[in-house]
Amino acid sequence: MTATAQALLEVEHLTMRFGGLIAVGELTFTAYRSEITALIGPNGAGKTTVFNCITGFYKPTEGRIGLVHGSESLWDELDTLTAYGNRKLARADGTLFLLERMPDYLVAQDARVARTFQNIRLFSGMTVLENLLVAQHNPLMLASGYTLLGVLGLGGYARSERAAIDKARHWIERIGLADRADDPAGALPYGAQRRLEIARAMCTDPVLLCLDEPAAGLNPRESAELNALILSIRDESTTSVLLIEHDMSVVMEISDHVVVLDYGVKIADGPPEMVRNDQKVIAAYLGVADEEVAAAEAEVGL
Amino acid sequence: MRALPSRPAGPTYRVEFDRALKDAAIAGLIALGLFLPLIGLRTTQDIRNELTLETRWPLLFTMVGLVIAGSLINSFVITPWRAYRQEKPRTPSTAAAQFRHEFLRYFIPLAIGFVAVYPMLSLWLAGMQGSVKWVDNFGIQILIYVMLGLGLNIVVGLAGLLDLGYVAFYAVGAYSFALLAEHFGLSFFTLLPLAGILATFWGVLLGFPVLRLRGDYLAIVTLAFGEIIRLVLINWVPVTNGYAGISGIPRPTFFGIPFNASDEGFAATFGIPFHPVHRAIFLYYIILALVLLTALVTVRLRRLPIGRAWEALREDEIACRSLGINTTNTKLTAFAIGAMFGGFAGSFFAARQGFISPESFTFHESATIVAIVVLGGMGSQIGVAIAAVAMIGGTEILRELDFLKALFGNEFDPTQYRMLLFGLGMVMIMVWKPRGLIGTRQPSVVLAERKAISGTLVKEGRG
Ligand SMILES: Nc1ncnc2c1ncn2[C@@H]1O[C@H](COP(=O)(O)OP(=O)(O)O)[C@@H](O)[C@H]1O
Ligand SMILES: [Mg+2]
Repeated sequence: MTATAQALLEVEHLTMRFGGLIAVGELTFTAYRSEITALIGPNGAGKTTVFNCITGFYKPTEGRIGLVHGSESLWDELDTLTAYGNRKLARADGTLFLLERMPDYLVAQDARVARTFQNIRLFSGMTVLENLLVAQHNPLMLASGYTLLGVLGLGGYARSERAAIDKARHWIERIGLADRADDPAGALPYGAQRRLEIARAMCTDPVLLCLDEPAAGLNPRESAELNALILSIRDESTTSVLLIEHDMSVVMEISDHVVVLDYGVKIADGPPEMVRNDQKVIAAYLGVADEEVAAAEAEVGL
Repeated sequence: MRALPSRPAGPTYRVEFDRALKDAAIAGLIALGLFLPLIGLRTTQDIRNELTLETRWPLLFTMVGLVIAGSLINSFVITPWRAYRQEKPRTPSTAAAQFRHEFLRYFIPLAIGFVAVYPMLSLWLAGMQGSVKWVDNFGIQILIYVMLGLGLNIVVGLAGLLDLGYVAFYAVGAYSFALLAEHFGLSFFTLLPLAGILATFWGVLLGFPVLRLRGDYLAIVTLAFGEIIRLVLINWVPVTNGYAGISGIPRPTFFGIPFNASDEGFAATFGIPFHPVHRAIFLYYIILALVLLTALVTVRLRRLPIGRAWEALREDEIACRSLGINTTNTKLTAFAIGAMFGGFAGSFFAARQGFISPESFTFHESATIVAIVVLGGMGSQIGVAIAAVAMIGGTEILRELDFLKALFGNEFDPTQYRMLLFGLGMVMIMVWKPRGLIGTRQPSVVLAERKAISGTLVKEGRG
């Protein structure tokens, strides 16, 4: 969070209730452009629920989720837009979105928020290449004249498809699957599936990439490769990253900014070094500190 | 190479003789118990309207004998053979793979060549009179179902939406054609696209509320819609003429020349003697052209983003939405395009029959078409075509099984056993090839090397 950091996503007072359960309560945080923001917390803390609210899969009970493409000054229009009841405000210098008002597919298509899933959701019976082409559906659909021209073989669809395949090839090479491009996604090893899901999300040209526990189930080497991939996404593209992660070491290594959730409530927010030493975070993660356990045990005479 | 663990030279599996005999005896007894009331006894009404019990011992014992023989064959042939197969180290035979590859490469051109010359072949082999049956009952009938199968394949096989009411669009196409021809006197070739457009329109109209549902619910509601359309056709008498149906539907003409015995007819114009087979052959080529068009369009659609989105939808709908795909529209297009092909087939059906009634559009038709798609292997066009030939051609061929009379006596009617044999065939295919006849998926685009995708990885869709 340098002085020049620009806000990309602002989550304000986000609350999500499931019946009596408050999965997320009054959560407020900001994700900045060209940064990796990590969302961490113990199991069941509500991290995936936050992702589902941002990406439109859940409609939040309360709260506002703003996202800006382009000029920072659009944030000044946030209250006006909220009052109007529109989904977005487009100006010459950019667009302001209210994500909680948008259906899931428009969050991806218009607001350009891409995501991966905690339980991998690839198109397992389609090849690696096909997976990456499905991700480029909307631009290709336009190029095929909404299918009408494409069926007749008119309108330069072939050229657009070649460009799409080139982009897919670029990502296939980047995630190290060049020799498996024509294999079905379901036949890949677990780690490769995780990388492919990230590549697929990146093929939608997102401004914000939401990764739900990408390192879960990876071995240390794969995990290190993944870190490199995420860092390269931040540094080499205009995509910012919002990352849910369980593994503290991964988080501390690559994130610029950490938000900690516990029981749906934010308990810390700041740079990794600060969060690492936060007493509440330590307590939430490790239960309570060892000395305290010892002290309590001594007290009850164990 | 590491040495393989040594194995005994001969097959290790040994048939247990007593066990096999015991199994056969038990199977025979069960069959006897089951078939005694089903086959052995038969009630008939005699002249005085009294029910009398008739026994059919020869038939009963033939059936029981067949069951026992089946059990013995299973014990002595099939089980040892499977055991032997299991034992054999599983090395993929390159020769077999090579053969399969070559076969697939030449199969489609060969098949298309065959259907193109099929009427000539039947004229040559069966003569003018005999050909009417082979071209009309077999050729045209099968091709109508291939067309319906290809249309439904888009909805069920590609998009993974189980539609049990596909016959509705077949009916819409047929009635649109019949009514428009009756009231406006338009010709077949003008009305064909119009009927397709109307069916598409109905596809969108029905699809809009229905496609919010998923899986089993979608299946049930589409089934209901199919029935509703049929009931409307029955009850809206002023327009559809109810059960009586619509007759006198104009037949397709050869560039304005009708196929009849008149002086302006096809035969007279070309100076050949009149014969009904001329029309049958003409209709055959129309439906063949429609089938090839459907297949070609589907092949193209699969390579377009819409086709890939359909298949992605079948694989994982939530992932589709996370990639910005409007799943409602995508489902709707699958439904509408499927309906369009159903409408084409329907209007062809009306033109071929010259008469339609709600009888032709029962749930049985929908079930047959779904069975063709499932049997063929979901999503595979070649599979659908083969399944249609097997199912429709098979049931027609069973009408010809007169030789069975020699076996079971003169009053044995083979056609009555059609459904039984048919069901048996279905069960066997589902046991051996649970993924349908063509169980693999071909990728729609390749980077380096085309490889078929095993059916176990391909999902079937949950609506
Ligand atoms: N669709 C849902 N319906 C009911 N409860 C849910 C739903 N989704 C999540 N929850 C509950 O919300 C809480 C937070 O879940 P989740 O966001 O998945 O946690 P995390 O991803 O941090 O492990 C859990 O108690 C979970 O049971
Ligand atoms: Mg989670």
